[in-house]
Amino acid sequence: MPMDATLRGIRLVGERTLRIVERVGATVAFLGLTLAQSATSFRRFGLVIREIFYAGVQSLIIILVSGLFVGMVLGLQGHETLQNYGSEQSVGVLVALSLVRELGPVVSALLFASRAGSAITAEIGLMKATEQLSAMEMMAVSPISRVVAPRFWGGVFSMPVLAMLFSAMGIIGGFLVSVVVIGVDDGAFWSQMQAAVDFRHDIVNGIIKSVVFGIAISAIATFEGYEAPPTAEGVSGATTRTVVSSSLAILALDLVMTAFMLKGWN
Amino acid sequence: MERSTLNLWVGIFVLLGFFSFLMLAFKVGNLTAGGSGTTYTVVAHFDNIGQLKERAPVRSAGVLVGRVKSVQFDPAHYNAEVSLAIDSQYQFPKDTSASVLTSGILGEQYIGLDAGGDEKMLKNGDEIKLTQGAMVLERLIGQFLFSKAQEGGASQGGQK
Repeated sequence: MPMDATLRGIRLVGERTLRIVERVGATVAFLGLTLAQSATSFRRFGLVIREIFYAGVQSLIIILVSGLFVGMVLGLQGHETLQNYGSEQSVGVLVALSLVRELGPVVSALLFASRAGSAITAEIGLMKATEQLSAMEMMAVSPISRVVAPRFWGGVFSMPVLAMLFSAMGIIGGFLVSVVVIGVDDGAFWSQMQAAVDFRHDIVNGIIKSVVFGIAISAIATFEGYEAPPTAEGVSGATTRTVVSSSLAILALDLVMTAFMLKGWN
Repeated sequence: MERSTLNLWVGIFVLLGFFSFLMLAFKVGNLTAGGSGTTYTVVAHFDNIGQLKERAPVRSAGVLVGRVKSVQFDPAHYNAEVSLAIDSQYQFPKDTSASVLTSGILGEQYIGLDAGGDEKMLKNGDEIKLTQGAMVLERLIGQFLFSKAQEGGASQGGQK
């Protein structure tokens, strides 16, 4: 009966959609719970500093190296195309605007999600699987304020710093390739860049984006870890879900924020 | 890990971030070129603004003195009303003229200010009366063809 098969198909779509919506709702509710129990993190800031070390400092190498390479590629490709129009001096503008507005926040957030987000999920998930979280509850210590909130804030603080480092390294990479190697004029490279990049509209908006990405990644990573089934498969599935859903969240949020930022908020 | 090494590393991390922020703000961006930061707004009406957009530069003698704040259609005069935010450190006479110019052949459009000789200066909310709109290529070609045709007609008339 084709009718039955069609109905089953539609039902499946509905079920999947509802599950995704439910998951998003639960993540936001968990974010609210984390924010409500964040007071301990700020009273004992050492906890957050520890997490900034594990999430931020240990992501430094991958962020710096990727930033440098992305900037170099942008410099090469930009020069190749702009050459056709006789405006290879604008390569600095191209590199700086694409990094500061888009690539810096987005690529560093994707790297951060796979480097640090997955680690946060795995750690919290394993703590749950080995019943450390239940043990804390038994001792009247809230696992959300002691384990989840410091990791959340560590991610939120690290993300904008990493995004800025990524952009800065990328611009240095673009400078190395186009000025030092290819031989674009040094003065034109920087002056055109400075004329085109606006502090408020480009740099501050890029930082706002990275803060939002930091909140999204940390919320998803802590939620997936906290809700992971306490088994080996459960933790591994949760780790994968963290990377997939935070990457999708980053790209979707980026589209929405870019649309608003180009139009202007007011 | 030892607490003090942890703090050291996080300190290095934060300082690196701070320096990259400074680099982005001053070396890449134009925070230093922002001038005093305070601006005054003057209005100018143009017949045609071409491709002029918000935040386009306002230049006088080639130097950036402000930015276009807003571009609107004025339904009362059927022309374009452009507000210019000009840096307060630059004062212009009341009879300054404004024109829509293009940088290069394919470059962006900007507003050029040519100072007049009036002793009174433009204040916040004043209007620039002398304006010249953008050159539209089609109209230029049209005018050229029209004047050519007229020339041809006149010389033919002379032969008769």
